[in-house]
Amino acid sequence: MRLQVERLLLPALLLALVLGGVLALDTGSAGALLGQAFGDWATGRESTAQLILWEIRVPRALAALAVGATLGIAGAALQGMLRNPLAEPGLVGASSCAALGAVLVLYFGLAPLHSLLLPAAGVAGAVAALALLRALVGDHARVATLILAGVALNAFAAAAIALALNLAPSPYAMHEIVYWLMGSVANRSYAELVFCLPFMLLSVLLLASARGYLEALSLGEDTAHTLGFGARSLPWRVMGGVAIGVGAAVAISGTISFVGLVVPHLLRPLVGYRPGRLLLPSALGGALLVLLADVLVQRVPGAGELKLGVVTSLLGAPVFLAIVLGARSRIT
Amino acid sequence: MSGLVLEAASVRLGPRTVLNGVSCALAAGELLGIIGPNGAGKSTLLRVLAGLLRPHAGSVRLDGRELQAWPPAERARRIGYLPQSAPVHWPLDVRTVVELGRLPWQHGWFSVDEAAPAAIAAALRDAEVEDLQGRLVDELSGGERTRVMIARLLAADPTILLADEPVAALDAYHQLHAMEMLAERAARGTAVAVVLHDLSLAARFCDRVLVLDHGAVVACGKAREVLQPPILEPVYGVRMRVIDEEGVTAIIPWQRR
Repeated sequence: MRLQVERLLLPALLLALVLGGVLALDTGSAGALLGQAFGDWATGRESTAQLILWEIRVPRALAALAVGATLGIAGAALQGMLRNPLAEPGLVGASSCAALGAVLVLYFGLAPLHSLLLPAAGVAGAVAALALLRALVGDHARVATLILAGVALNAFAAAAIALALNLAPSPYAMHEIVYWLMGSVANRSYAELVFCLPFMLLSVLLLASARGYLEALSLGEDTAHTLGFGARSLPWRVMGGVAIGVGAAVAISGTISFVGLVVPHLLRPLVGYRPGRLLLPSALGGALLVLLADVLVQRVPGAGELKLGVVTSLLGAPVFLAIVLGARSRIT
Repeated sequence: MSGLVLEAASVRLGPRTVLNGVSCALAAGELLGIIGPNGAGKSTLLRVLAGLLRPHAGSVRLDGRELQAWPPAERARRIGYLPQSAPVHWPLDVRTVVELGRLPWQHGWFSVDEAAPAAIAAALRDAEVEDLQGRLVDELSGGERTRVMIARLLAADPTILLADEPVAALDAYHQLHAMEMLAERAARGTAVAVVLHDLSLAARFCDRVLVLDHGAVVACGKAREVLQPPILEPVYGVRMRVIDEEGVTAIIPWQRR
């Protein structure tokens, strides 16, 4: 039974992604135009519909997919390493430091200088967070020390962001920072995507290469060590993968919370709770969740557009609460 | 020299010297019992043999080569280690846990572990846990759980087995069952070292016994020669009664000295 579910999981997620992709491309402020755009393409006619599809909707959908996949796999890897279903990629401080990097660019009004300055600052923030973490805990990191240092880093970045808001040079800058922090994949350019994708790819490769380590860790650190996964570089490989991936994701979209927490948690029973086998489904599931949340953002009737980060939080918080209640009923 | 050889190994944990110049050898086909009072350094010794701790003085050699110089995966294929409290962090089923025992053979992106199905089937059979395959490990009794953990060890088909108090919390039936499994493995040519508290079990199953006290070796030799009151009594601070009947020795801790 479980094996059947596991075998069907990836095809099912891929199918859902294709359907979700079609839905996303057919969604937007200009209404449904997928059919028209393809008709125009088939007849070789240039049209506004094609322009909207290729210049606005495709990059937007790709950004949603990339951000979701990275957050999903990062969450699964981190939960596996910490052996804790409530761990979240934000925990290691990478996402808040990435946000801080981007906020600084907005604060000093540098964003208009170059379109890649914002994502570059985001990635730089995440990498700086990782370097700082390494300097803080040293080579012989135990997982608990890593997390405490990450929490400290998080607190620092949050305080610095609050300070930037507090001292914002103009209401415009403040407005921009707040909007960016809410998270969105609207109006993303191919240039931004091309800049961030290599980082995301590197992150996925790093995390996928640690899947044996994550599997072994489910039997404890000592057993993992004696199963051949005792190298001191392994926790750093996971931390590095998470930080780089989350940094790149934040650089594209601002902070999108709960995806890295909820997606692995929901999919875990379907892969028999094996942390290594959870990685790929979590990437696909994360991509699907962010893509659909972005469709929801655009389709909810009302004034203006909701921000993606707000919607994922609205969806994620109840799931988180359900997990907590479930855990409580198991304990008592 | 083949097998696992420890030479004059000392280990410090913080300011405390936990092992002090310990030498011992573990050869193929023997079951070595490691005994001694609480805090004597038994678990530390096993952790050194497993490569989890590096002695600050002395050496550990596996088949003549420094243990730390072995590639981690190769070392893991040769040495199986069962820690004292073997945690399982997710609700994994029995088969999955035994499958994880094959991880040393699955390092690298493109490694194909063709021997896995047969090795896993044999491990499940030898540890007599075939019927438990679909059960969650967390829901098993202590005895069943120990057998599953031993099956996990056997799945990698190691040449050396190290088990830290595998029978400490088990009832008589399951103690015998687990010890029989380890002894049978030794009879088939595996080198087995077990930390034990039950001296009668040590007398019954072990070929050789190593007695540790305050991090140093008090005695090491044939079980029959080592498990004697003059050696055991000062170490444990307990008077021992030895009952020897038809070749079966029972050692009963009788009275605090």
